[in-house]
Amino acid sequence: MKLTKDQVKHVAKLANLPVTEEEEEKYSEQLSKILDYIDQLNQVDTSDVEPTFNVSGQTNVQSEDKLGVCLPQDDALSNAPKKENGFFVTKGVFDNE
Amino acid sequence: MNDITSLTLTQTISALKDKQFSEEELNNAYLEKIDALNPKLNIFLEVKKNTRGIPAAIKDVIITKNIKTTASSKILSNFIPQYNATVIGKLLENGVSVIGKTNHDEFAMGGSGENSAFGVTKNPWDFSKVPGGSSSGSAAAVCADLCTFALGSDTGGSIRQPSSFCGIVGLKPTYGRVSRYGLIAMASSLDQIGPMTKSVEDTALVLDWISGADGYDSNVSSEKFKVQSSKLNEGIKGLKIGVPKEYFGEGLDPKVEKVIKEALKKLEELGGEVAEISLPHSQYALAAYYIIVPSEVSSNMARYDGIRYGKGRENIGAEVKRRIMLGTYSLSSGYWDDYYAKAAKVRTLVKRDFEKAFEKVDVVVGPVSPTTAWNLGEKVNDPLKMYLSDIYTISANLAGIPGLSIPCGFSEGLPVGLQILGKQWDEETILTVGYAFEQATQWHMEKPKL
Amino acid sequence: MAYGETQAMTKYEPVIGLEVHVELNTKSKMFCRCSADYFGKEPNTHTCPVCLGLPGALPYTNQQAIDDCIKIGLALNCKISEKSLFERKNYFYPDLPKGYQISQYRWPLTVNGWIEVEGREEIRRIRINRAHQEEDTGKLTHHGGSTLIDFNRSGVPLVEIVTEPDFESVEEIRDYSKKLQQLFRYLGVSNADMERGDMRLEANVSVKREGESELPKYRVELKNINSFRFMVAAVDYEIKRQIEALEIGERLSQETRGWDEDKKCTYLQRSKEEAHDYRYFPEPDLPPFFLDPKKIKEIKNSLPELPWNRAKRYQTKLGIKKNDAQHGRKHKIIPQEIANYLINKKSDINTLLPTQIIEEILDKRVGVIENEEELEKMAKEAMTENPTAVDDFVKGKQQAIQVLIGAVMRRTQGKADAKRAREILEKLLK
Repeated sequence: MKLTKDQVKHVAKLANLPVTEEEEEKYSEQLSKILDYIDQLNQVDTSDVEPTFNVSGQTNVQSEDKLGVCLPQDDALSNAPKKENGFFVTKGVFDNE
Repeated sequence: MNDITSLTLTQTISALKDKQFSEEELNNAYLEKIDALNPKLNIFLEVKKNTRGIPAAIKDVIITKNIKTTASSKILSNFIPQYNATVIGKLLENGVSVIGKTNHDEFAMGGSGENSAFGVTKNPWDFSKVPGGSSSGSAAAVCADLCTFALGSDTGGSIRQPSSFCGIVGLKPTYGRVSRYGLIAMASSLDQIGPMTKSVEDTALVLDWISGADGYDSNVSSEKFKVQSSKLNEGIKGLKIGVPKEYFGEGLDPKVEKVIKEALKKLEELGGEVAEISLPHSQYALAAYYIIVPSEVSSNMARYDGIRYGKGRENIGAEVKRRIMLGTYSLSSGYWDDYYAKAAKVRTLVKRDFEKAFEKVDVVVGPVSPTTAWNLGEKVNDPLKMYLSDIYTISANLAGIPGLSIPCGFSEGLPVGLQILGKQWDEETILTVGYAFEQATQWHMEKPKL
Repeated sequence: MAYGETQAMTKYEPVIGLEVHVELNTKSKMFCRCSADYFGKEPNTHTCPVCLGLPGALPYTNQQAIDDCIKIGLALNCKISEKSLFERKNYFYPDLPKGYQISQYRWPLTVNGWIEVEGREEIRRIRINRAHQEEDTGKLTHHGGSTLIDFNRSGVPLVEIVTEPDFESVEEIRDYSKKLQQLFRYLGVSNADMERGDMRLEANVSVKREGESELPKYRVELKNINSFRFMVAAVDYEIKRQIEALEIGERLSQETRGWDEDKKCTYLQRSKEEAHDYRYFPEPDLPPFFLDPKKIKEIKNSLPELPWNRAKRYQTKLGIKKNDAQHGRKHKIIPQEIANYLINKKSDINTLLPTQIIEEILDKRVGVIENEEELEKMAKEAMTENPTAVDDFVKGKQQAIQVLIGAVMRRTQGKADAKRAREILEKLLK
């Protein structure tokens, strides 16, 4: 399984990761190698096997709808690089999600 | 007694009770030692000069309120948490204090400690060797007597492997035994916090302190682990010990194998009934692991956007980036069935292997790692080679079962760890085996000359 | 019905599906116990490590929200899944603190339902693909060159209701949206106020040649439209725009468009090149839900009679015409009341107009509770139950009192004078 530089570029964009051209090269090679290794999973017949996503054995874990304690505004904002009047601040985004 | 810092946790507690020394003297003894050794070993990222409490070293992926918590990453290099992890709250309630935050592979991703943004921790047994990872600093701190005990986290062996490389006791509890609330997530379906200590008894005590539901981690069992010292003393006569043949194949260093075989002999002498078993899907565990982990990593790392805390994403280190890339790719459109879902099915098979094995045996025993600590820099440029060193530890995370690493001998002057795996929720039996072995041997008493 | 009838050559049919998001009125948030009552609060005062997405924080599910989602699903004739999982929907946006939204994709709580809607001519079934549970995001305000973020709304429970692409006209869309709004209020799960964003509509619109069985290869998402009226206008515009484009041989593509009310047209927000790849996978922090049929039955039995079912019953059993039935439905008159009325009066059903019956019942009902103390007690209870409405009213939003009056009427089963209830509430709110 060969991961092309273009695929690496696409994945980096999806992952919101700044990647240099040099890194693209490196990841293309390293990730391809890892994916080759992972390919051996195709040798395992899993046709009648249910997937396991969670091994805790817990089910239906829920809390009553009651109020707990919130952080004071100052604490909520204490690690923010930029803040203003109680808001977190980031560079302008205008495209609507 | 001449050195307070050489005492185990249980010994320290009884000495404090007998007023052999004060909490202040205890803390000072450790702080002095940290002053002397930390510059050489690079274990602590942050040291707190307390005068009270039993000093514990905490891996820096565990959130400590008002104490800088970096995940050994530049991206969190200025992060001062607004809350405490559940385990920290529980330790404080039991009279423990945080003496410092320990170095580790960035965001707990790595097997050597070399991926820290703040420099590598040295192995106290040999400064030219890696201490193992990712809980490198916690293992080295316990080994070098810079704390009474430490907490680490284990996603694929990150407690057990450095414990093995540094010659200490380390436990990865059953998934869901200890709350992960406040553990900076790596791969959420596999991560567990666990004790790293100077004796098996200490591990049992710390697990007792930190286990149990908290109303924050939905995966935690409401049943708390309670250590019964009478049970630990029961011995292992008649206990069925399974040895997986798959753990003794190609790749295992013959010198390590020899030490493990001797340990197995010892367990037989102690009354254990050793029998070969098979875990047929072991060979696929690593491949499944390297889909599940990066996938979850790619999602868990998404919150670091530099808006609410931390710095920009350009501050993420190479290995973390690599896993984000791999995980983003394997979860991306069109690959679900081939990667994450496929790996989750193989995970079922790995889990079933253990369930079948535990129908016949009480514990599964083997090596923690195929080798002893390797040279610094030896594997940094070959991620796959680095990943392959996790081959014996990751299955326990995939299956969610507990695994203990105890010192069982040396190979060319470096410690070798014995891995004891148990049934889900059955830490008690593996601790009983560990305790019996420890009582019959002196390996855990060996200390590096520093 | 067909659009583009002026063109002699080709006729087109719209293919429309709707996605409705409704914010639940639970006390606490979906995955933490911060207050979900965020409207009008100081920014970032209703947050904690969980809803701020701090490192190490974990979600813990709110039971009430799950129950409410099941109620909505049941009311829409959905099957409740035996096994349901939360999943992570991964994308980057500054209002999304964890970099993923906890939502549902492959294992939703409820699936495969239907609802009847009235279009231009007939009543038709719209298939419901799913009603699933998720969490809201924070709120962005654009200010100068930068963006301000308030996470008070982050993690407030949302239910998303997705239809199959079954709508054939804007009338059906209007009826569907209104029915859902009425349903949420009937079930008491949300105030469903469009303006406040309690209820949000998104439409997926495409057009195909009349009679063609295959669905179009593209669809246009209409998003961020905050009233029924605008949504109807936007869909109408979009159908015409797409037909015109197809007529001149343009190829239409996947995109997201918004509604410009000033220019009365839709505009491009996001094109296909930027289409998302959400990389869904099961949320490892939350164990699965196995829904107990007994509990589902309990919830089902606790549901009030749905407004449209009630109307239907009037029509079929009592021979009341549609408009009269709706009249009765509006006043929440239950058939028993009508029956009692007829028995007591020994009336001849054939000589009475249904409207008359309703009016007379209403007349009779009013003033049943004249005890001031009792009314005041109910008003107070209504206020404690609806702190948001109280806040809003105090802040000057006059309409907010309607919520409280509604709550009093519900408590008294309509046996209070709405005017009197208003007076008492106004007195208490001063």
